[in-house]
Amino acid sequence: MSALLDIAELAKRFEVAGRRLLHAVDEVTFTIGRGETVGLVGESGCGKSTLVRLINRLLDPTSGSIRLGGAELADLRARSFAANPHRARIQMVFQDAGDSLNPRYTAADAIADPIRRLKHLKGAALRQRVEALADMTGLPRELLSRFPHQLSGGQKARVGIARAIAVEPELLILDEPTAALDVSVQVLILKLLQQLKGKLGMSYLFVSHDLNVVRLLCDRVLVMYLGKIVEQGPAAEIFGDPRHPYTRALISAIPQADPARRIGRLRLGGEPRSPIDPDPSVCRFYGRCPRGEPRCAAEMPLLRSAGPARQVACHFA
Amino acid sequence: MTAVPTLAVDDLSVEFRTRAGTVKVLERVGFQVDKGETVALVGESGSGKSVTAFAVMGILDPAGKVTSGRAMFGGADLLALSEAELAEQRGRELSMIFQNPRTALNPIRKVGRQIADVLVRHGGATRPDAPRLAVDMLKKVRIPDPERRAEAYPFELSGGMCQRIMIAIALACRPALLIADEPTTGLDVTTQAVIMDLIGELAHESGMATIFITHDLALAAEYCDRIVVMHAGHIVESAPAGTLFTMPRHPYSAKLLAATPGETASLGQLASIPGGLPDLRRPDLPACRYSSRCERRIDDCRRPLPQREVGPRHLVACWNPL
Repeated sequence: MSALLDIAELAKRFEVAGRRLLHAVDEVTFTIGRGETVGLVGESGCGKSTLVRLINRLLDPTSGSIRLGGAELADLRARSFAANPHRARIQMVFQDAGDSLNPRYTAADAIADPIRRLKHLKGAALRQRVEALADMTGLPRELLSRFPHQLSGGQKARVGIARAIAVEPELLILDEPTAALDVSVQVLILKLLQQLKGKLGMSYLFVSHDLNVVRLLCDRVLVMYLGKIVEQGPAAEIFGDPRHPYTRALISAIPQADPARRIGRLRLGGEPRSPIDPDPSVCRFYGRCPRGEPRCAAEMPLLRSAGPARQVACHFA
Repeated sequence: MTAVPTLAVDDLSVEFRTRAGTVKVLERVGFQVDKGETVALVGESGSGKSVTAFAVMGILDPAGKVTSGRAMFGGADLLALSEAELAEQRGRELSMIFQNPRTALNPIRKVGRQIADVLVRHGGATRPDAPRLAVDMLKKVRIPDPERRAEAYPFELSGGMCQRIMIAIALACRPALLIADEPTTGLDVTTQAVIMDLIGELAHESGMATIFITHDLALAAEYCDRIVVMHAGHIVESAPAGTLFTMPRHPYSAKLLAATPGETASLGQLASIPGGLPDLRRPDLPACRYSSRCERRIDDCRRPLPQREVGPRHLVACWNPL
C-alpha cells in the first residue's frame, strides 16, 4: 500500500499567557495508505481535533510536514488554502450534522456549494451532480429542497457526507460522524461510509470516542495521549492485545454487557498532566499510569517498534 | 420481592398539545424501582425516556399534560402534589442529573457555592457550615484538589469535572431517588467508566434507587440491575439486565441489540431496524406501535397490548414474543 498521507514530526504549539507554550500536537508521525481507514482515538484534550485541523489545513503547524500524495501541504497557509487546488483532495464530515449545516441553505444548496466553489460547475450540470450525490448517499431527491430543520438526524448526516464527497476527495476526515445518531440509524450510516469508500477509492481518517465503532470500521488505530501518539497498529491487534497502559485503560472502559468480560479492568486515577510546557524528560502518562516507575519520570519513552506495523511508547510494553 | 418499591409508576400517560395536533407521547407506562436498585430506561430518541423522567420530577414542558397515572414515592403520588410540595421533595428526596452539565450549572456562580446552595436550601446546613460541606461533597465525587476547585466557575472545569459537580449537587442531600438522564453522553469512555462506578458506589452505600436513562445498551447492561425498553411511548419489555441481553423476548429489543456495535465481528453483521417511529399524532394509532416495523406481526397484534410475564421480573408487551 503506497501512502496517501504522510505526516512527519508534525507539531502545533499554542502560545498561552506568560509566553508559555501549550503542546497540542507534539512531533506526531504516521501515514495513511490509499484505501485505508485509520482510527484516531484518545480523550478530549489529547490533541485529536488540533491534529485533524492541521491535516485539513485549517490551522498552520508550528513545524513538521504534511505530504498528500507527494505534495507538501505544511508550507501552504491555512488562510489561502480554501482557494488552493489541493483543497478538494481533503474533505471533512463534521461531528454534528445539524450544527455544521447552514440553516439557511437547503440540502441541495449545501451539497452544491463546494462543487460550485471548487469544481466550477453551473446550471444543469451542477443540478445533475447534486442529484447523483443524493442518490449515492441514499438521500431521497424530494428532500433536496428542504432546510436542515426539516430533516431527521440520519438525513442530515447524509447531507453532510454528500457535500464532503461532492468534490471527490482522496482523504475524508470523519469526526465522530455518528455520535449524535440512534443505533438503528448509526448502522445505516456506517454501512454507507463503508460502501462509499470502496466505490470512490477514498482513504478515511476516522476520529471517534466510540471504540466499538472504531473496531468495526478501521484497519489501523492511532492512540493519542496529551499530544503524542502512544500506540499504533492494526485494529485487531490494538483491541486484542493493547500494550500501552493508556490503551489498556481505554479498552477496559468500553462498557461490557457480558459480566465475564469485565474481569481485570483498569481504571485511571489522578489527573492528566498539563500540556503547557511539559517536562520533556517525563512520560506524559506519568501520574495516571498504574505502573509509573522512577524511570518514567526521568526519561520520556519514545515510540518504538513492537512487532510488524506496531508501535508503542512505553518503557515496559 | 415484597418490599415497598422506592418509586412505582403506574398507568402513566402524557400528551403534548401542539398546533399540529395532540401527540400521545406516553401511553400507560408502568415500572418500579426498588431501594438500592438501578433501573435503565433505554430506547431511541422519541421513545419517551426523558418525558417519563420529566413527568415524575414534575418538570414537564407546559405543553405536556399528564392524562392518567400515578407515581407513588414515599407514600405520596408525585403527580398529584402541588408545585410547593414537589419543590420540597426535589433536591432533597428526588434528584436529577441532566445530560449537559455545562448548561445545567449556573455559569456565573462558583461551583462550591452551587453545592452549598442546595445544602442550605434542602439539607438543613447553616450558611457558615455549607462551604466546608460542599468541599466534602467534592471529595466524595473524587475531584482532586477540592478546596481550590470549589472556587472555580463551571467554564474553568472540564466536561467530566462539571459532570462530577452535577453529581455532587444531586447527591448532596442523600436523595432516595436519583434520575440520571444520559449522564455520560459526550464524556470520554475513561471518564464515563469513573462516573458510572461512582454513581454505582454511592447508590450501593446509601441504598439510593436510580433511574438511568441512556441509549447505550451495553452501558445499561453493565451498570444496571434491570432494563426497561421503550419504543414510541410504550414500555415494550422490562427484564433483569442479564436476561435482556441473553434472551430478549420483544422483537424490538432484539433488533436494538443487533444494531448495537459490541462484540460483533464485522459491520456486515450489524442489523438496522427497518421503518421509523409512527406519527404519534395519528388518531388511529395501532395498539402496538411497533407493529408496522415488526417482522413477527400477527392478527392478534391489533388487540390491546398484553403484559405477559415470561420469567421472574420479566415482562413483555407482545402477542408474538421471541
